[in-house]
Amino acid sequence: MDGVHDLGGRQGFGTVQPRGHGEPFHSEAEIRIAAMWVRLVRQGLYNMDEYRHAVERMEPRHYMAASYYERTFTAVATMCVERGVFSAQELDSAAGAPVPLSRPSKAGRVGNLQLPDIRIGDRVRVKNEFVPGHIRMPGYIRGQTGVVVGISPPYPFPDAHGHGLDSPWQRTFDVQFDSRDLWPDGAEEALVQVGVFHGYLMLERPPCSSEPQPAA
Amino acid sequence: MDQPLRAQADALEHLLKAKSLLHDNDLQAFHHQVTEQWQPRNGARLCARAWTDRSFKAQLLTDGRAAAASMGLDMPEHHRSLVVLENTAEVHNVICCTLCSCTAFSIIGMAPGWYKDLEYRARVVREARTVLAEMGLHLPQAMRIRVWDTTTDTRYMVLPYRPAHTQGWTVQALEALITKESMIGVARLEQPPANAAVTAPTGAA
Repeated sequence: MDGVHDLGGRQGFGTVQPRGHGEPFHSEAEIRIAAMWVRLVRQGLYNMDEYRHAVERMEPRHYMAASYYERTFTAVATMCVERGVFSAQELDSAAGAPVPLSRPSKAGRVGNLQLPDIRIGDRVRVKNEFVPGHIRMPGYIRGQTGVVVGISPPYPFPDAHGHGLDSPWQRTFDVQFDSRDLWPDGAEEALVQVGVFHGYLMLERPPCSSEPQPAA
Repeated sequence: MDQPLRAQADALEHLLKAKSLLHDNDLQAFHHQVTEQWQPRNGARLCARAWTDRSFKAQLLTDGRAAAASMGLDMPEHHRSLVVLENTAEVHNVICCTLCSCTAFSIIGMAPGWYKDLEYRARVVREARTVLAEMGLHLPQAMRIRVWDTTTDTRYMVLPYRPAHTQGWTVQALEALITKESMIGVARLEQPPANAAVTAPTGAA
């Protein structure tokens, strides 16, 4: 989904504030929230993609204003309510105030079974896809071309895994983009590497084949 | 501002315990992991050894997860790959997660607050040199920058460039030099010019 969580390249933000903000946690409540999040992942109440998607499903104004661990809390609480661990009313009652939860999920999708043979050095293009559910493709690489510089072992396909759907696992490829291609005349010079799932990619220049290609 | 969050954490804890989905020892075990086990000294051990052991460095750059495991450092099951990015005198790597907050937390420690902030996530992929300078790292113009966005469960760690003045140091002294920030890539360990950054005025840029 094209949510407000997809922040890469967004403009208008101010200075990063590292001083006094280097610690991972700012209170014992934050550590407890993280502990509960991890505990329920390990128990299989939800997987990491479902958790991430529950964060992404937060109402945009809530997401932008919330602290990191408030987002974690919201996702965990939402998953608990959706899984029937407790009701929203029970949660409100226990907290002594209404607790905002994430918005409902839209449809997920399973991965393509036919995937191109991609190797290190290949030039690839990120598909111009728009999906309503969970996806791990940052918007700033959509439709862009880059060069494959790394290959990972297979992982669960997030677009399915984030919705509890079965789908074959996919490798991811570290694809190298030139920042000046991503944002022409609008970025500082750098090479930007992004981990991209196999199913999000197509070969930009497929190797020449002697076999005739079927008509599209 | 923290008061509602504490009340919410209390409510969640209460409900999960009532359903027997959470016990006090879960909270204690996690607290122990984040404060005692998942610490940047783990990554520092890997980097210091890579600086002093050529064959280990080759393994670390080829299969970081296996190299870490060979030194007794585990990663969560879902982190199936650790890619180690070598900084040199000419190339500077920096990692981020624009979509959320992914890091190799069992190796370099839990992500710092600023790493998860909207500012770092939005800006570092597009204006890395400026962001690094604001954070105190003023890179020479000739230094090439590579940004790595952690969008999958592959995890990244920067192998900092070994400063010239550390020749002859013990491995323990080298480990003590290596910080979480240098393994994320928002700091370098050389003497000036890179370190000039640390003492730059707060309001710069």
